[in-house]
Amino acid sequence: MEHAISLFVRSIFSDNMIFAYFLGMCSYLAVSKNVKTSAGLGVAVTFVLIVTLPVNYLLQKYVLGPDALVAGLDLSYLSFILFIAVIAAIVQLVEMIVEKYSPSLYASLGIFLPLIAVNCAIMGGSLFMQQRIGLPEVDAKAITSLLDAFMYALGSGIGWFMAIVCLAGIREKMEYNDVPKPLQGLGITFIVVGLMALAFMCFSGLNI
Amino acid sequence: MLSQKTKDTLLGPLNANNPVVVQILGICSALAVTVQLKPALVMGIAVTIIVAMSNVIVSLIRNTIPMRVRIIVQLVVVAALVTLVSEVLKAFAYDVAMQLSVYLGLIITNCILMGRLEAFAMTNNAWDSLLDGLGNGLGYALILVIVAFVRELFGAGQLLGFQVLPQSWYAAGYENNGMMLMPAMALILVGCVIWAHRAYNDKEKK
Repeated sequence: MEHAISLFVRSIFSDNMIFAYFLGMCSYLAVSKNVKTSAGLGVAVTFVLIVTLPVNYLLQKYVLGPDALVAGLDLSYLSFILFIAVIAAIVQLVEMIVEKYSPSLYASLGIFLPLIAVNCAIMGGSLFMQQRIGLPEVDAKAITSLLDAFMYALGSGIGWFMAIVCLAGIREKMEYNDVPKPLQGLGITFIVVGLMALAFMCFSGLNI
Repeated sequence: MLSQKTKDTLLGPLNANNPVVVQILGICSALAVTVQLKPALVMGIAVTIIVAMSNVIVSLIRNTIPMRVRIIVQLVVVAALVTLVSEVLKAFAYDVAMQLSVYLGLIITNCILMGRLEAFAMTNNAWDSLLDGLGNGLGYALILVIVAFVRELFGAGQLLGFQVLPQSWYAAGYENNGMMLMPAMALILVGCVIWAHRAYNDKEKK
Protein backbone atom coordinates (compact mmCIF):
# COMPACT_ATOMS: atom_id res chain seq x y z
CA MET A 1 0.00 0.00 0.00
CA GLU A 2 2.78 2.40 0.95
CA HIS A 3 4.52 1.61 -2.30
CA ALA A 4 1.33 2.33 -4.26
CA ILE A 5 0.91 5.73 -2.59
CA SER A 6 4.52 6.60 -3.27
CA LEU A 7 4.00 5.66 -6.93
CA PHE A 8 0.91 7.86 -7.00
CA VAL A 9 2.70 10.93 -5.67
CA ARG A 10 5.78 10.39 -7.80
CA SER A 11 3.74 10.08 -10.98
CA ILE A 12 2.01 13.38 -10.28
CA PHE A 13 5.12 15.40 -9.50
CA SER A 14 8.56 14.03 -10.30
CA ASP A 15 7.49 11.69 -13.15
CA ASN A 16 4.92 14.08 -14.56
CA MET A 17 3.81 12.89 -18.00
CA ILE A 18 4.14 16.30 -19.63
CA PHE A 19 7.11 17.89 -17.93
CA ALA A 20 9.38 14.89 -17.55
CA TYR A 21 8.43 12.70 -20.54
CA PHE A 22 6.62 15.00 -23.02
CA LEU A 23 3.74 12.56 -23.41
CA GLY A 24 0.48 13.75 -24.94
CA MET A 25 2.09 16.96 -26.14
CA CYS A 26 0.05 17.33 -29.34
CA SER A 27 -3.34 17.58 -27.72
CA TYR A 28 -1.78 19.37 -24.74
CA LEU A 29 -0.72 22.25 -26.97
CA ALA A 30 -3.74 22.19 -29.26
CA VAL A 31 -6.52 22.14 -26.67
CA SER A 32 -5.07 24.37 -23.94
CA LYS A 33 -6.60 27.62 -25.19
CA ASN A 34 -9.18 27.90 -22.42
CA VAL A 35 -9.54 26.40 -18.98
CA LYS A 36 -12.96 24.81 -19.41
CA THR A 37 -12.27 22.61 -22.44
CA SER A 38 -8.82 21.71 -21.19
CA ALA A 39 -10.30 20.54 -17.89
CA GLY A 40 -12.72 18.38 -19.91
CA LEU A 41 -9.87 16.82 -21.86
CA GLY A 42 -7.87 16.32 -18.67
CA VAL A 43 -10.74 14.40 -17.07
CA ALA A 44 -11.19 12.29 -20.20
CA VAL A 45 -7.48 11.40 -20.34
CA THR A 46 -7.42 10.50 -16.63
CA PHE A 47 -10.48 8.35 -17.08
CA VAL A 48 -9.17 6.44 -20.09
CA LEU A 49 -5.78 5.97 -18.36
CA ILE A 50 -7.26 4.40 -15.24
CA VAL A 51 -9.35 2.03 -17.37
CA THR A 52 -6.74 0.97 -19.94
CA LEU A 53 -3.65 0.71 -17.78
CA PRO A 54 -4.88 -2.02 -15.42
CA VAL A 55 -6.24 -3.98 -18.41
CA ASN A 56 -2.91 -3.76 -20.18
CA TYR A 57 -1.18 -4.69 -16.92
CA LEU A 58 -3.16 -7.92 -16.75
CA LEU A 59 -2.49 -8.54 -20.43
CA GLN A 60 1.25 -8.05 -20.00
CA LYS A 61 1.41 -10.10 -16.81
CA TYR A 62 -0.67 -13.09 -17.86
CA VAL A 63 -0.44 -13.22 -21.66
CA LEU A 64 2.50 -11.33 -23.11
CA GLY A 65 5.27 -11.54 -20.53
CA PRO A 66 8.05 -14.15 -20.59
CA ASP A 67 6.77 -17.55 -19.41
CA ALA A 68 3.32 -16.09 -18.80
CA LEU A 69 1.12 -18.09 -21.16
CA VAL A 70 3.30 -21.12 -21.87
CA ALA A 71 6.69 -21.71 -20.27
CA GLY A 72 9.49 -20.58 -22.55
CA LEU A 73 7.28 -18.32 -24.67
CA ASP A 74 7.88 -14.56 -24.70
CA LEU A 75 5.24 -12.68 -26.65
CA SER A 76 6.26 -9.17 -25.69
CA TYR A 77 7.01 -8.26 -29.32
CA LEU A 78 3.23 -8.32 -29.84
CA SER A 79 2.70 -5.73 -27.13
CA PHE A 80 2.53 -2.66 -29.41
CA ILE A 81 -0.33 -4.08 -31.49
CA LEU A 82 -2.23 -5.52 -28.53
CA PHE A 83 -1.89 -2.41 -26.35
CA ILE A 84 -3.08 -0.08 -29.07
CA ALA A 85 -5.96 -2.41 -29.93
CA VAL A 86 -7.02 -2.51 -26.27
CA ILE A 87 -6.79 1.27 -26.04
CA ALA A 88 -8.76 1.87 -29.24
CA ALA A 89 -11.43 -0.64 -28.23
CA ILE A 90 -11.80 0.74 -24.71
CA VAL A 91 -12.01 4.30 -25.97
CA GLN A 92 -14.78 3.24 -28.34
CA LEU A 93 -16.53 1.43 -25.50
CA VAL A 94 -16.19 4.33 -23.08
CA GLU A 95 -17.55 6.63 -25.74
CA MET A 96 -20.65 4.48 -26.23
CA ILE A 97 -21.26 4.06 -22.49
CA VAL A 98 -20.88 7.77 -21.78
CA GLU A 99 -23.15 8.61 -24.72
CA LYS A 100 -25.85 6.29 -23.40
CA TYR A 101 -25.81 7.11 -19.69
CA SER A 102 -24.56 10.66 -19.41
CA PRO A 103 -25.43 12.78 -22.45
CA SER A 104 -24.29 15.98 -20.72
CA LEU A 105 -20.80 14.59 -20.04
CA TYR A 106 -20.76 13.24 -23.60
CA ALA A 107 -21.60 16.67 -24.97
CA SER A 108 -18.66 18.23 -23.13
CA LEU A 109 -16.16 15.44 -23.83
CA GLY A 110 -17.60 14.22 -27.13
CA ILE A 111 -15.06 15.61 -29.54
CA PHE A 112 -12.06 14.64 -27.44
CA LEU A 113 -12.94 11.05 -26.67
CA PRO A 114 -12.13 9.52 -30.08
CA LEU A 115 -8.92 11.56 -30.24
CA ILE A 116 -7.71 10.10 -26.95
CA ALA A 117 -7.04 6.76 -28.67
CA VAL A 118 -4.04 8.38 -30.35
CA ASN A 119 -2.94 10.44 -27.34
CA CYS A 120 0.64 9.49 -26.55
CA ALA A 121 -0.01 9.80 -22.81
CA ILE A 122 -2.27 6.73 -22.86
CA MET A 123 0.03 4.54 -24.94
CA GLY A 124 3.06 5.93 -23.11
CA GLY A 125 1.51 5.01 -19.77
CA SER A 126 1.09 1.43 -20.91
CA LEU A 127 4.61 1.21 -22.31
CA PHE A 128 6.18 2.67 -19.16
CA MET A 129 4.13 0.22 -17.11
CA GLN A 130 5.49 -2.62 -19.26
CA GLN A 131 9.04 -1.45 -18.58
CA ARG A 132 8.44 -1.06 -14.87
CA ILE A 133 7.04 -4.54 -14.37
CA GLY A 134 10.53 -5.90 -14.91
CA LEU A 135 12.09 -3.75 -12.18
CA PRO A 136 13.07 -5.29 -8.83
CA GLU A 137 10.48 -4.80 -6.10
CA VAL A 138 12.63 -2.47 -4.00
CA ASP A 139 12.83 0.06 -6.83
CA ALA A 140 10.56 3.04 -6.16
CA LYS A 141 9.33 2.94 -9.75
CA ALA A 142 8.46 -0.76 -9.87
CA ILE A 143 4.88 -1.78 -10.60
CA THR A 144 4.26 -5.12 -8.95
CA SER A 145 0.52 -5.43 -8.50
CA LEU A 146 -2.78 -4.39 -10.04
CA LEU A 147 -3.18 -1.75 -7.33
CA ASP A 148 0.21 -0.27 -8.26
CA ALA A 149 -0.83 -0.12 -11.90
CA PHE A 150 -4.08 1.60 -10.98
CA MET A 151 -2.39 4.15 -8.71
CA TYR A 152 0.23 4.87 -11.34
CA ALA A 153 -2.51 5.49 -13.91
CA LEU A 154 -4.46 7.72 -11.54
CA GLY A 155 -1.38 9.74 -10.62
CA SER A 156 -0.29 10.16 -14.22
CA GLY A 157 -3.80 11.25 -15.19
CA ILE A 158 -3.99 13.81 -12.40
CA GLY A 159 -0.53 15.10 -13.28
CA TRP A 160 -1.60 15.53 -16.89
CA PHE A 161 -4.87 17.20 -15.86
CA MET A 162 -3.01 19.63 -13.62
CA ALA A 163 -0.46 20.47 -16.30
CA ILE A 164 -3.05 21.24 -18.97
CA VAL A 165 -5.23 23.34 -16.67
CA CYS A 166 -2.19 25.36 -15.52
CA LEU A 167 -1.11 26.02 -19.10
CA ALA A 168 -4.64 26.98 -20.14
CA GLY A 169 -4.80 29.47 -17.27
CA ILE A 170 -1.51 31.05 -18.31
CA ARG A 171 -2.54 31.19 -21.96
CA GLU A 172 -5.83 32.89 -21.09
CA LYS A 173 -3.90 35.61 -19.26
CA MET A 174 -1.31 35.82 -22.01
CA GLU A 175 -3.91 37.03 -24.54
CA TYR A 176 -3.34 40.53 -23.20
CA ASN A 177 0.44 40.46 -23.33
CA ASP A 178 2.58 42.11 -25.95
CA VAL A 179 4.51 39.21 -27.48
CA PRO A 180 6.86 39.73 -30.48
CA LYS A 181 4.89 38.90 -33.60
CA PRO A 182 6.72 35.79 -34.93
CA LEU A 183 6.73 34.34 -31.42
CA GLN A 184 2.98 34.74 -30.92
CA GLY A 185 0.82 31.66 -30.52
CA LEU A 186 2.74 28.42 -30.42
CA GLY A 187 6.25 29.80 -30.12
CA ILE A 188 5.61 31.50 -26.81
CA THR A 189 3.52 28.55 -25.63
CA PHE A 190 6.55 26.27 -26.02
CA ILE A 191 8.71 28.63 -24.02
CA VAL A 192 6.05 28.89 -21.29
CA VAL A 193 5.84 25.09 -21.09
CA GLY A 194 9.63 24.98 -20.90
CA LEU A 195 9.63 27.36 -17.95
CA MET A 196 6.88 25.35 -16.26
CA ALA A 197 8.97 22.21 -16.77
CA LEU A 198 11.91 23.98 -15.12
CA ALA A 199 9.71 24.80 -12.15
CA PHE A 200 8.52 21.20 -11.94
CA MET A 201 12.10 19.98 -11.83
CA CYS A 202 12.31 21.05 -8.22
CA PHE A 203 10.15 17.99 -7.45
CA SER A 204 12.66 15.63 -9.00
CA GLY A 205 14.45 14.88 -5.74
CA LEU A 206 11.17 14.09 -4.03
CA ASN A 207 11.39 10.90 -1.96
CA ILE A 208 8.41 9.44 -0.22
CA MET B 1 12.37 15.49 -63.66
CA LEU B 2 9.46 15.82 -61.27
CA SER B 3 6.31 17.80 -62.00
CA GLN B 4 5.49 20.85 -59.90
CA LYS B 5 2.81 19.02 -57.92
CA THR B 6 4.97 16.06 -56.91
CA LYS B 7 7.75 18.46 -56.03
CA ASP B 8 5.39 20.32 -53.70
CA THR B 9 4.23 17.08 -52.11
CA LEU B 10 7.80 16.03 -51.44
CA LEU B 11 9.50 19.30 -50.52
CA GLY B 12 6.63 21.34 -49.03
CA PRO B 13 6.81 19.60 -45.63
CA LEU B 14 10.51 20.38 -45.32
CA ASN B 15 9.99 24.09 -44.84
CA ALA B 16 6.72 25.90 -45.57
CA ASN B 17 4.48 23.14 -44.28
CA ASN B 18 6.79 21.49 -41.76
CA PRO B 19 4.93 18.95 -39.60
CA VAL B 20 6.72 19.92 -36.38
CA VAL B 21 7.09 23.69 -36.40
CA VAL B 22 4.05 24.65 -38.52
CA GLN B 23 1.46 21.96 -37.92
CA ILE B 24 2.73 21.16 -34.38
CA LEU B 25 2.42 17.40 -34.80
CA GLY B 26 4.63 14.71 -33.33
CA ILE B 27 6.05 16.91 -30.62
CA CYS B 28 6.28 14.27 -27.91
CA SER B 29 9.05 12.22 -29.43
CA ALA B 30 10.68 15.25 -31.07
CA LEU B 31 11.42 16.61 -27.62
CA ALA B 32 12.33 13.43 -25.83
CA VAL B 33 14.95 11.89 -28.10
CA THR B 34 16.97 15.00 -28.88
CA VAL B 35 19.50 14.96 -26.04
CA GLN B 36 22.03 13.44 -28.43
CA LEU B 37 22.36 13.51 -32.20
CA LYS B 38 22.56 9.75 -32.75
CA PRO B 39 19.19 8.69 -31.30
CA ALA B 40 17.61 11.72 -32.97
CA LEU B 41 18.96 10.62 -36.36
CA VAL B 42 17.79 7.05 -35.86
CA MET B 43 14.37 8.26 -34.72
CA GLY B 44 14.09 10.55 -37.76
CA ILE B 45 14.95 7.72 -40.15
CA ALA B 46 12.59 5.30 -38.39
CA VAL B 47 9.69 7.75 -38.55
CA THR B 48 10.39 8.55 -42.22
CA ILE B 49 10.32 4.87 -43.14
CA ILE B 50 7.18 4.21 -41.14
CA VAL B 51 5.25 7.24 -42.43
CA ALA B 52 6.13 6.41 -46.04
CA MET B 53 5.30 2.70 -45.72
CA SER B 54 2.06 3.18 -43.81
CA ASN B 55 0.97 5.90 -46.24
CA VAL B 56 1.47 3.48 -49.14
CA ILE B 57 -0.29 0.57 -47.42
CA VAL B 58 -3.29 2.61 -46.28
CA SER B 59 -3.51 4.28 -49.67
CA LEU B 60 -3.63 0.87 -51.36
CA ILE B 61 -6.40 -0.45 -49.13
CA ARG B 62 -8.25 2.86 -48.72
CA ASN B 63 -11.26 1.80 -50.76
CA THR B 64 -11.87 -1.34 -48.73
CA ILE B 65 -11.72 0.27 -45.26
CA PRO B 66 -15.17 0.93 -43.74
CA MET B 67 -15.36 4.55 -42.58
CA ARG B 68 -16.41 3.79 -39.02
CA VAL B 69 -13.49 1.58 -38.09
CA ARG B 70 -10.81 3.32 -40.14
CA ILE B 71 -8.88 4.63 -37.14
CA ILE B 72 -8.45 1.14 -35.74
CA VAL B 73 -7.39 -0.22 -39.14
CA GLN B 74 -4.85 2.58 -39.51
CA LEU B 75 -3.54 2.00 -36.00
CA VAL B 76 -3.05 -1.70 -36.64
CA VAL B 77 -1.13 -1.03 -39.88
CA VAL B 78 1.09 1.46 -38.09
CA ALA B 79 1.57 -0.77 -35.03
CA ALA B 80 2.66 -3.68 -37.22
CA LEU B 81 5.24 -1.48 -38.99
CA VAL B 82 6.53 -0.05 -35.73
CA THR B 83 6.93 -3.56 -34.31
CA LEU B 84 8.97 -4.52 -37.38
CA VAL B 85 11.20 -1.46 -37.13
CA SER B 86 11.77 -1.90 -33.39
CA GLU B 87 12.70 -5.58 -33.82
CA VAL B 88 15.17 -4.64 -36.58
CA LEU B 89 16.67 -1.92 -34.38
CA LYS B 90 16.97 -4.28 -31.42
CA ALA B 91 18.83 -6.72 -33.64
CA PHE B 92 21.24 -4.31 -35.32
CA ALA B 93 21.51 -1.25 -33.06
CA TYR B 94 20.66 -2.48 -29.59
CA ASP B 95 22.11 0.44 -27.61
CA VAL B 96 20.21 3.04 -29.65
CA ALA B 97 17.00 1.01 -29.31
CA MET B 98 17.49 1.04 -25.53
CA GLN B 99 18.12 4.79 -25.54
CA LEU B 100 14.91 5.40 -27.46
CA SER B 101 13.06 2.99 -25.10
CA VAL B 102 9.34 3.71 -25.04
CA TYR B 103 9.54 6.50 -27.58
CA LEU B 104 10.10 3.92 -30.29
CA GLY B 105 6.75 2.36 -29.42
CA LEU B 106 5.20 5.78 -29.21
CA ILE B 107 5.73 6.28 -32.95
CA ILE B 108 2.35 4.50 -33.17
CA THR B 109 0.63 7.42 -31.51
CA ASN B 110 2.78 10.03 -33.25
CA CYS B 111 0.27 12.55 -34.58
CA ILE B 112 2.21 12.97 -37.83
CA LEU B 113 1.30 9.44 -38.81
CA MET B 114 -2.40 9.67 -38.07
CA GLY B 115 -2.51 13.16 -39.53
CA ARG B 116 -0.93 12.12 -42.84
CA LEU B 117 -3.01 8.94 -43.07
CA GLU B 118 -6.26 10.81 -42.46
CA ALA B 119 -5.48 13.89 -44.50
CA PHE B 120 -3.53 12.45 -47.41
CA ALA B 121 -3.35 8.68 -47.80
CA MET B 122 -7.12 8.14 -47.49
CA THR B 123 -7.75 10.27 -50.59
CA ASN B 124 -4.65 9.95 -52.78
CA ASN B 125 -2.95 7.22 -54.81
CA ALA B 126 -0.01 5.17 -53.61
CA TRP B 127 2.80 7.02 -55.43
CA ASP B 128 1.75 10.47 -54.18
CA SER B 129 1.28 9.04 -50.70
CA LEU B 130 4.81 7.65 -50.75
CA LEU B 131 6.23 11.07 -51.65
CA ASP B 132 4.07 12.79 -49.06
CA GLY B 133 5.19 10.31 -46.39
CA LEU B 134 8.86 10.75 -47.29
CA GLY B 135 8.54 14.55 -47.28
CA ASN B 136 6.83 14.67 -43.90
CA GLY B 137 9.21 12.17 -42.36
CA LEU B 138 12.20 14.17 -43.56
CA GLY B 139 10.65 17.43 -42.35
CA TYR B 140 10.30 15.85 -38.91
CA ALA B 141 13.85 14.46 -39.01
CA LEU B 142 15.21 17.88 -39.98
CA ILE B 143 13.83 19.56 -36.85
CA LEU B 144 15.01 16.68 -34.67
CA VAL B 145 18.53 16.99 -36.04
CA ILE B 146 18.62 20.77 -35.56
CA VAL B 147 17.47 20.54 -31.93
CA ALA B 148 19.72 17.57 -31.13
CA PHE B 149 22.71 19.29 -32.75
CA VAL B 150 22.36 22.32 -30.48
CA ARG B 151 21.65 20.27 -27.38
CA GLU B 152 24.54 17.85 -27.79
CA LEU B 153 27.04 20.49 -28.89
CA PHE B 154 26.37 22.89 -26.03
CA GLY B 155 25.28 20.32 -23.45
CA ALA B 156 28.15 17.87 -23.79
CA GLY B 157 30.60 19.41 -26.26
CA GLN B 158 30.15 16.37 -28.48
CA LEU B 159 28.56 15.45 -31.80
CA LEU B 160 27.46 11.86 -32.48
CA GLY B 161 29.42 10.90 -29.39
CA PHE B 162 32.75 12.40 -30.53
CA GLN B 163 34.36 15.23 -28.65
CA VAL B 164 34.14 18.33 -30.86
CA LEU B 165 35.13 21.18 -28.59
CA PRO B 166 38.89 21.06 -28.00
CA GLN B 167 40.24 20.24 -24.56
CA SER B 168 42.08 23.57 -24.45
CA TRP B 169 38.72 25.40 -24.21
CA TYR B 170 37.86 23.50 -21.04
CA ALA B 171 41.30 24.27 -19.69
CA ALA B 172 40.63 27.94 -20.38
CA GLY B 173 37.48 27.81 -18.26
CA TYR B 174 34.72 26.85 -20.73
CA GLU B 175 32.06 24.65 -19.19
CA ASN B 176 29.32 22.51 -20.69
CA ASN B 177 25.85 23.92 -20.26
CA GLY B 178 24.04 21.28 -18.23
CA MET B 179 20.73 23.07 -18.81
CA MET B 180 20.76 21.85 -22.41
CA LEU B 181 20.47 18.23 -21.30
CA MET B 182 17.32 18.85 -19.28
CA PRO B 183 13.81 18.25 -20.66
CA ALA B 184 12.81 21.89 -20.20
CA MET B 185 15.46 23.14 -22.59
CA ALA B 186 14.11 21.01 -25.44
CA LEU B 187 10.80 22.86 -25.21
CA ILE B 188 12.46 26.26 -25.15
CA LEU B 189 14.69 25.34 -28.11
CA VAL B 190 11.73 24.18 -30.20
CA GLY B 191 10.03 27.46 -29.29
CA CYS B 192 13.07 29.32 -30.61
CA VAL B 193 13.13 27.23 -33.82
CA ILE B 194 9.46 28.13 -34.39
CA TRP B 195 10.30 31.79 -33.76
CA ALA B 196 13.16 31.80 -36.26
CA HIS B 197 11.15 29.86 -38.83
CA ARG B 198 8.19 32.24 -38.64
CA ALA B 199 10.31 35.36 -38.66
CA TYR B 200 12.15 34.12 -41.76
CA ASN B 201 9.02 33.02 -43.62
CA ASP B 202 7.12 36.22 -42.83
CA LYS B 203 9.99 38.27 -44.21
CA GLU B 204 10.05 36.17 -47.36
CA LYS B 205 6.31 36.70 -47.93
CA LYS B 206 6.76 40.45 -47.83
